[in-house]
Amino acid sequence: MRKLYHFHGGIHPPSNKTQSTRTAIAHAPLPTKLIVPLHQHAGEAAKPVVQAGDHVLKGQLIGMPEGFVSSAVHAPTSGTIAAVDMQLIAHPSGLPNLCATLIPDGKDEWAALKPVDYRNHSSAELQHLLRMAGVVGLGGAAFPSDIKLRIGKQKINTLILNGAECEPYITCDDMLMRERAAEIVQGAEMLRSMLDADEVLIGVEDNKPEAVAALQQAITANGMNQEVVAIPTIYPGGGAKQLIRVITGLEVPSGKLPTDIGVQCFNVATAYTVYRALAHGEPLLSRVITIAGNVRHAQNYEALIGTPIAELVALSEALPDTDRYIMGGPMMGIPLPSVHVPAVKATNCIIAASAKIFPPSPPAMPCIRCTRCVEVCPADLQPQDLYWFAQSREFGRAQAFSLFDCIECGACSYVCPSHIPLVQFYRFAKSEIRAREHDKQLADQARVRHEYHEQRIEREKRERADKLAAREKTAQAAKLASAPPLTPQQQAEQAGLEAGRAHIRELAQSEVGHSDEGVTK
Amino acid sequence: MAAIAIVLGAVLGFAAIKFHTEGNPLVDKIDAVLPQTQCGQCSYPGCKPYATAIAAGEADINRCPPGGEEGIQKLADLLGVEFKPFGSDTAAPKPKSVAFIDESTCIGCTLCIQACPVDAIAGAAKQMHTIIAAECTGCELCIAPCPVDCISMRVIEEKINNWKWKYPLHNLTAVETAGAAR
Repeated sequence: MRKLYHFHGGIHPPSNKTQSTRTAIAHAPLPTKLIVPLHQHAGEAAKPVVQAGDHVLKGQLIGMPEGFVSSAVHAPTSGTIAAVDMQLIAHPSGLPNLCATLIPDGKDEWAALKPVDYRNHSSAELQHLLRMAGVVGLGGAAFPSDIKLRIGKQKINTLILNGAECEPYITCDDMLMRERAAEIVQGAEMLRSMLDADEVLIGVEDNKPEAVAALQQAITANGMNQEVVAIPTIYPGGGAKQLIRVITGLEVPSGKLPTDIGVQCFNVATAYTVYRALAHGEPLLSRVITIAGNVRHAQNYEALIGTPIAELVALSEALPDTDRYIMGGPMMGIPLPSVHVPAVKATNCIIAASAKIFPPSPPAMPCIRCTRCVEVCPADLQPQDLYWFAQSREFGRAQAFSLFDCIECGACSYVCPSHIPLVQFYRFAKSEIRAREHDKQLADQARVRHEYHEQRIEREKRERADKLAAREKTAQAAKLASAPPLTPQQQAEQAGLEAGRAHIRELAQSEVGHSDEGVTK
Repeated sequence: MAAIAIVLGAVLGFAAIKFHTEGNPLVDKIDAVLPQTQCGQCSYPGCKPYATAIAAGEADINRCPPGGEEGIQKLADLLGVEFKPFGSDTAAPKPKSVAFIDESTCIGCTLCIQACPVDAIAGAAKQMHTIIAAECTGCELCIAPCPVDCISMRVIEEKINNWKWKYPLHNLTAVETAGAAR
């Protein structure tokens, strides 16, 4: 039995997971249309490589990754691209973003797939394959997996697979581990080989005994050298830093990455996707999504990326008093701007919410500095101070109090007796700080450009003056050098011409009645 | 005594060379706070001249509309002086914008290119000009020289990539105590 450690704080919200684990993962039927956003991952958006009217096959590339942190986007089924335009997506802003709308032809016809044996390829080649297969972290942040595999010279001792799934209601990873454990452990082996890690530990919360058993069986059946670690159920035990702490006892320092302490962490569903992408050549086209909350039968569905959420919710029959939908869990999820937005790679769960299951929060009261938030903070922060600095817009001090170590888990808001929406304040402060840093960058850029501009103006002025001076000099020299002595006849001719010109000028001047001054001019 | 004097003199001499700074470090610090719009709304011909004037005590800290009140606060903190609100002679801060050239009207006169302090306009004589939006500081200096008035300012729209979480609206509501209202 492995020795386990604790992270600071944590809470025990009602898990509400049993409702959606009674039935196996169902395949969601082909939707009437698919709206595939081109920016589903952390980093830069993919560049569309299809146009309206194009016919695409299932798995065909429709978005080319652009920039270092980016990932590919594919057609989830065969059909016709109806439009590439701005559509409402699942984003807290409620703003639209670039999406490709695909009308399925119903044939579900695959493009040519190229499975590879990961043992015959270098890590760099496999990273490129994963990038082009659109593999991103499926735990919620959707960070491109190939970047996490790019570790440079760092030595990774431990690869941790995150199957903790600590948020209430969400069971998509649980069901995936129960039903597709063999693929997960094979994907983990591929990740291990790419990272050249010594050991593989799969962390699963102990409220999922079926998943633990299935994984153990898969490890034995495949003869893998991996270990399933059942960890205590406590929210947010599935946070990467918290999970690393519990399993290894190591703490990721503030501002550092897990790789800096020799650990790398992937979600179990990501490992599954890596296996599908390499062993079958299938890009990331679908994922398991939990539909739960105020629905007649909560269940997990394997749905194509881009499926309108309304069509998924209809499968589970949302009850009539549903007033809104949440993507993600009740602790960290975001309210959806519309039920017609598409499911994306980061969509792990859709909760139909009603006033009955999530009663509106009572009005916020002043902070009484009871420090209950400090007791539960899994990142060892001082949430009451951070709140104070954020609400008074003292962003510098908030940063000095390690605001960016906050994982926005919502444990502080959950226990706050004054019902202060603490996490919203932290999000506000973080985005203000990021915006300021961005402005600062632009200002520095403008300063440099202005300095160059001034230098250029100065240089051009100097060059023009130099050129003029040089030209005058040569003209003078030429005049002196090239003027040959004139013959008396020529001199007489020239004098005659000059006299004629002077006479004409005189006549012209007298006609318009100008003064004599102009005549000689 | 003489030995100590020689040693200390050498140390001072060395320090003078080693820690020699070019220019006025205070000017650079002030310049770092200014938004680098180079718009001249402060009545100085750019951010650096304004910073120099502030450092010399010739200019007030409340003359930079693009910096906003936050900019004044930063300058006040940096210089250890009191915050001073915008005076009546400075323009009010505006939302961030970038210039936009109506390319069908542009006659290619290059006057705006010469006016741009950050070389953010691409074009050549008798060729259509266009703004490099990513480099535009929104200084509006190109608007006045344009003989055909084809340049306008466009407020930067809120999009997904520049969207910010808003200040949480949670009003502190008075709670009725039992019996107080009835």
